[in-house]
Amino acid sequence: MSTTTRSRESKLSLTAGQLPRFTWLALLVLAYAVTAGVLAVGSVMSLGAVVVIGSLLFLVAIFALSSAVEGRRKAVDRLFRYVFVGFFLLALAPLVSLVWQVVSKGMERFDLQYFTYSMRNVIGEGGGASHAIAGTLIVTGIATLISVPIGLLTAIFLQEYGGQGRLASSIRFFVDVMTGIPSIVAGLFAYTIFSALFGAGTRNGFSGAIALCILMIPTVVRSTEEMLRLVPNELREASYALGVPKFRTILKVVLPTSIAGIITGAVLAVARIIGETAPLLVTAGLNPSLNTNPFDTQMSTLPVFVYYQYVTPGIPQEPFYDRAWAGALTLILIVMGLNLFGRLLAWRFAPKPGR
Amino acid sequence: MSKRIELQDVDIYYGKFHAVRQVNMTIQPRAVTAFIGSSGCGKSTVLRSLNRMHEVIEGAYVTGQVLLDGVDLYARDVDPVRVRRQVGMVFQRPNPFPTMSIRDNVLAGVRLNNARVSRKESDELVEKSLRGANLWNEVKDRLDRPGSGLSGGQQQRLCIARAIAVSPDVILMDEPCSALDPISTLAIEELIHELKEEYTVVIVTHNMQQAARVSDQTAFFNLKAQGQPGELIEFGDTEKIFHNPEEKATEDYITGRFG
Amino acid sequence: MSTSTSPAEATSTPPEDSRHALKHSSKRFGDTLFKALSTGSGITILVILAAVAVFLVGLSVPALLADPEDLPYGEFWAYVLPFAFGTVWAAALAMLFAVPVSIGIALFLTHYAPRRVATTFGYIIDLLAAVPSVVFGLWGINTLAPLVRPLFIWLEANLGWIPLFAGPVSGTGRTVLTAALVLAVMVLPIITALCREVFLQTPRLHEEASLALGATRWEMIRQAVLPFGTPGIISACMLGLGRALGETMAVAMVLSPGETIHFKLLTSDNPNTIASNIALAFPEAYGLGVNQLIATGLVLFVITLVVNMGARWVISRRREFSGAN
Repeated sequence: MSTTTRSRESKLSLTAGQLPRFTWLALLVLAYAVTAGVLAVGSVMSLGAVVVIGSLLFLVAIFALSSAVEGRRKAVDRLFRYVFVGFFLLALAPLVSLVWQVVSKGMERFDLQYFTYSMRNVIGEGGGASHAIAGTLIVTGIATLISVPIGLLTAIFLQEYGGQGRLASSIRFFVDVMTGIPSIVAGLFAYTIFSALFGAGTRNGFSGAIALCILMIPTVVRSTEEMLRLVPNELREASYALGVPKFRTILKVVLPTSIAGIITGAVLAVARIIGETAPLLVTAGLNPSLNTNPFDTQMSTLPVFVYYQYVTPGIPQEPFYDRAWAGALTLILIVMGLNLFGRLLAWRFAPKPGR
Repeated sequence: MSKRIELQDVDIYYGKFHAVRQVNMTIQPRAVTAFIGSSGCGKSTVLRSLNRMHEVIEGAYVTGQVLLDGVDLYARDVDPVRVRRQVGMVFQRPNPFPTMSIRDNVLAGVRLNNARVSRKESDELVEKSLRGANLWNEVKDRLDRPGSGLSGGQQQRLCIARAIAVSPDVILMDEPCSALDPISTLAIEELIHELKEEYTVVIVTHNMQQAARVSDQTAFFNLKAQGQPGELIEFGDTEKIFHNPEEKATEDYITGRFG
Repeated sequence: MSTSTSPAEATSTPPEDSRHALKHSSKRFGDTLFKALSTGSGITILVILAAVAVFLVGLSVPALLADPEDLPYGEFWAYVLPFAFGTVWAAALAMLFAVPVSIGIALFLTHYAPRRVATTFGYIIDLLAAVPSVVFGLWGINTLAPLVRPLFIWLEANLGWIPLFAGPVSGTGRTVLTAALVLAVMVLPIITALCREVFLQTPRLHEEASLALGATRWEMIRQAVLPFGTPGIISACMLGLGRALGETMAVAMVLSPGETIHFKLLTSDNPNTIASNIALAFPEAYGLGVNQLIATGLVLFVITLVVNMGARWVISRRREFSGAN
């Protein structure tokens, strides 16, 4: 920030050169127009090229103009502002195009038959994903039933009992390690453990649930611990001072105070694993028929179903692709629904009255 | 109800840190005893040792004896949870349970201990406790509203009601007015006057006028030097401590030449 | 219940009756049970991780010790090396795109966007994280690959003399660069969310001190926000990198795989990643091939572990200087 070279006159002044308010908009439109014009002359017109090159042109132009009128520091400031806004819009592009594509292609088969039929004896058109949806619900449900209690109790141990002790520190460390386990490795683990216990090549819904547990437990532990940490110590002390034993304090004061956040964390954890494909590919496998017994043979799940419908289409390919897209749409709706539900919970309970 | 507390050779530690050294004193029943002294001299620490709240902090422990009508609170087979039911505590900042209504807050001590109480009994207990805390008239129409919706002073009186609902023998107050405005402070001070009819009251305060107004006896704590453990410098009738102290340090503190 | 007892327990002999009220009724059963349950859960996690390690290592060993002649995929290290390279290469490219964009978005959300809409914008970015990877795979094949192919052709034609952009350009656009772009989109919400949290924690005092010196907003960010957030940014990036290294389905679907080691971005012969290779090969694997694939999984685990440990080390080293809590 060099103020040394300023003249005395400008030091006294509080006003400085400023670009009119909507200069940037005019310049942006101009940049796109110029780019489009030039590209049209060269006859390599494409919307993507216009946007990319036009945006770069705009940045150069606004920087130059602002430097001239407002000074270099202001110009740099402006440049970064527009770059950051641009990055945000850039990130929206894949989201919008992805959602649009999944919805438009997925609607093709998003019908009653899709949700009521399995792929049993289906080789071409028709069929549905009811078996895969049921499989996803079963596998995710089992994973949740195992992960949430373990994760919740572990978080309680870490926050309420463990303190900075050696056991707590090592559990914290290994929970972090667990967070980093690639999902496919979790799948391999479940596969190997079931192979070892029940014979080589054992694949069923339960092994898929175990694989998902590996991924889900650390998320639940972390989010729950975070929530428990937010409970003010004063409340614990108030309860102790009333002569309430520690476990009742935890059950009746600490948990009720943080329950909304804990549920939100659990819902988001479910949302994270419900779309997992890789671990289920190697564990739960694929089954064209409805299988509701997680301990029996292979069980289709929605993500794996989508994957196989897309990569191993029959002839004609179209019905397979349509089923894949409808599955993708269903998955997205489930995951986004869960996310919204989780956030809604958090938002609904977040502002504690008066505190 | 009210009980005498005797401290004999009490030393208090936070892990390796020696916080308070060699406290010997007798706190009288049916009286208000004030602990005064500069920040960090260990007066709150001593207070928390009187109902074994001190050891809630990891690594903290107490040596010596604290006798509640002759029973050592630190004897081997004493259950700290039971101690705290007999020695209640009110904290610096009002801390009603945010998930509970006013009524449930008052009943918290009874309910959280899983005691079964009939609706009639609990109604009586709520009214009695809230009346005891001079809060009944202000909240009797909204017992089912959240406790955190009250003003700071009302919240603090709610916490006092909560503490007396488990019918303790002693009530400890750790700077109960430091987060309150003057009017709320006055209400609490009046309440303290009434409480001493039934309970042994011990109050930690930074405010010397408050100590002079509410207490019968005053204990002055101080540090010999920075890093040294806190000590009980002088203990006696409030009248005497404030007007004719024996120790120079006490006089310096009282007259504001220090701390 | 409490973690400490008084070491010196002077015993007095008070009257028995009044003493009774303070005694343990029994060893408080609920407390013991609850503590045992929660401690047990914690220990369960340790057991699970130990089991993961034991089973993965145990089943990898046969592949590592076997005669290369017997292995369906040939000598192990020669087999895994291209995949390990592909894993790191694709993830590194993804980070190259994702990191600056994520930091920029996080700054936009915390320091530029009007507060009313910032939260909503944040949720929108978070929605990207909610898209299952198999859906990203579909999108990568169907939308992104055809979209970027003209760019690839242009790059090869004009910058083909740079080895990175050497031809021939893939006919489908399903190259390592496309896969890296998909990975970048996938890790972007993760890095953004973490950076956002870090930036929001910048002490207001630091920011105001900077503004009071006459700094522009960008100068304030450079002086106060970024230095404060550096350890957090690094850890966010490392977590994103860990995710990119382990991502399976998107790569398996988008990439047209090969087993080579080279840096060409635009050709149809691309180094596959470990995770993607497992997903593609595992369903048909048999005998020692299964062990061999599990061993590659172990290599992947080690790589991600090293990255995560690195992140932790950086954070613990930097924390002392940052003034962060």
